[in-house]
Amino acid sequence: MTVFDKPKSLTDAPLHYCPGCTHGIIHRLVAEAIDELGIEGRTIGIAPVGCSVMAYNYFTVDMVQAAHGRAPAVATGVKRADPSKIVFTYQGDGDLASIGTCETVHAAARGENITIIFVNNAIYGMTGGQMAPTSLPGQITQTSPYGRDVATQGYPVKVCEMLSQLDGAGYLERVAVNNVKNIKNAKKAILKAFKNQVEGKGFSLIEVVSTCPTNWGLTPEKALEWLNDNMLPYYPLGVYKDKFAEEAAK
Amino acid sequence: MSGPYGTMAEKVLMKGNEAIAEAAILAGCRHYFGYPITPQTEVAAYMAKRMPKIGGTFLQAESEIAAINMVMGVASTGRRTMTSSSSPGISLKAEGLSYLAGCDLPALVVNVERGGPGLGGIQPSQSDYFQATRGAAHGDFRMIVLAPASVQEMADLTMHGFDLADKYRMTSMILADGTMGQMMEPVSLEAPEVKTYDKSWAVTGTDCKRPHNIVNSLYLVPEDLERTNFERYERYRTIEENEVMYEEFMMEDAEICIAAFGVAARVSKNAIMAARAEGIKVGMIRPITLWPFPKAAFKKAAEHVNTFVSVELSMGQMIEDVRLATECARPVVLCNRAGGMIPSPEEVLQRIKEVNGGMTK
Repeated sequence: MTVFDKPKSLTDAPLHYCPGCTHGIIHRLVAEAIDELGIEGRTIGIAPVGCSVMAYNYFTVDMVQAAHGRAPAVATGVKRADPSKIVFTYQGDGDLASIGTCETVHAAARGENITIIFVNNAIYGMTGGQMAPTSLPGQITQTSPYGRDVATQGYPVKVCEMLSQLDGAGYLERVAVNNVKNIKNAKKAILKAFKNQVEGKGFSLIEVVSTCPTNWGLTPEKALEWLNDNMLPYYPLGVYKDKFAEEAAK
Repeated sequence: MSGPYGTMAEKVLMKGNEAIAEAAILAGCRHYFGYPITPQTEVAAYMAKRMPKIGGTFLQAESEIAAINMVMGVASTGRRTMTSSSSPGISLKAEGLSYLAGCDLPALVVNVERGGPGLGGIQPSQSDYFQATRGAAHGDFRMIVLAPASVQEMADLTMHGFDLADKYRMTSMILADGTMGQMMEPVSLEAPEVKTYDKSWAVTGTDCKRPHNIVNSLYLVPEDLERTNFERYERYRTIEENEVMYEEFMMEDAEICIAAFGVAARVSKNAIMAARAEGIKVGMIRPITLWPFPKAAFKKAAEHVNTFVSVELSMGQMIEDVRLATECARPVVLCNRAGGMIPSPEEVLQRIKEVNGGMTK
């Protein structure tokens, strides 16, 4: 009996991610959600610029690679072209919360019926560990070598909290992938974010708090601890908005 | 066929911007994304009114950048799509133009030019010629650039632009000065013949029946990226051989040749008629495709023309292409206004007379 297998919606291409990076887990959760909803044949993914730029090689679904930060706009085009397709973006923190903030906010404001998987590891990975919009106060990175100084470098952007103020945003949840319990919950949230779209409900975004052992300068195990001790107090997990559940309850 | 203006084959009075919008719809475009900017906003306004009635998409994007990326999304699915803007807005779309090229996606982009640089002004200009024909954005790529000189051509070239975009999997740009967008003329609009193009590359969902399609411009292996560039330029060569469009006006015996497009060509025609009345042998080559540039026509003209005069609404941009095409075999002089000013027929006539008198600077 098979108890654990590769999801159908993942290709056989070896992932290029660093050892201990949590992108692999998140890719798997997305693929599992696609499999379970039986939408592989009509799903179109949008890959960002950043570590997950080559996500287009890892999912078996049709993929578009977007310019830095523009994935929600490209997704909007794909979805408007054919609303019967299930369209998701997979974006990092620099992509979604810095250079693409405008596209993110307005896709949410429009209530665009798309699913966004937002991977927040508080650092730019692909370019070698620079300060991200979500880097914590005091966090040491290549471009905040003395620690992020909020007086000159400002405060982190809390995406779920920010978007929860928009009437157009439907479902916003922050999850983490640092332990089994959180991974299970992340899976549930991602599945729901896709299901919302299948049911034509509207905009869903799942923020996944994750690690970057390489650029944090920690072992994979220590990185998970650092996430737990530093990221989670600043980025509390939970549902920030579920307009669809509220509407259903009315 | 019947449309909002009655029988479409009949002539109707339309603004250039509206003609572009209706022509795009007739050509099968059902997805328009834009952002307000003078002097092209009528395109968006027209689309906002019409698209919901025909099951299409009109979306006022949050930015020019978002608009071109929405176009990229629709283009990735293989459907006809467009955006329109004016000069400062086109600068913002530059990133998207490069990605469309890198992904080999067909799209139509309209630039109803205004004066620059910076915020510039809102009056007509042709000062985005370099941007359109040389380097709209980073990387090695070209766009097909079409320059209408009447409201009828605004419509015809829009339809043609969609076909060329689909045929060669690239961006067609309508480069119109503000005059073309704002002026009204009788125009006859007819739905073009529907052609089919191979779009097996599009993201349409695999239906679990084929390997996934990837629309992408990233090639980390330089040999691969080099190959895509060479292949793309091979296609560009085919376009240069087959798709050049221009109009020759009184060139048979011309000793002076005006080079002008858009509104500058219309002004020049008046000046040419006046000059001819005074016995000056002057004609005009009006490029309709700015890229590919009608090089051969200019080169041939250089065999019997003494001097070329490039009449432009800029500080002199197309003049470089005239010099390149003629390999500097004859003097090429400039007759220009800039910043939103249009040369008058008298000013062009004056320049023709100077050149006729031997002036070559």
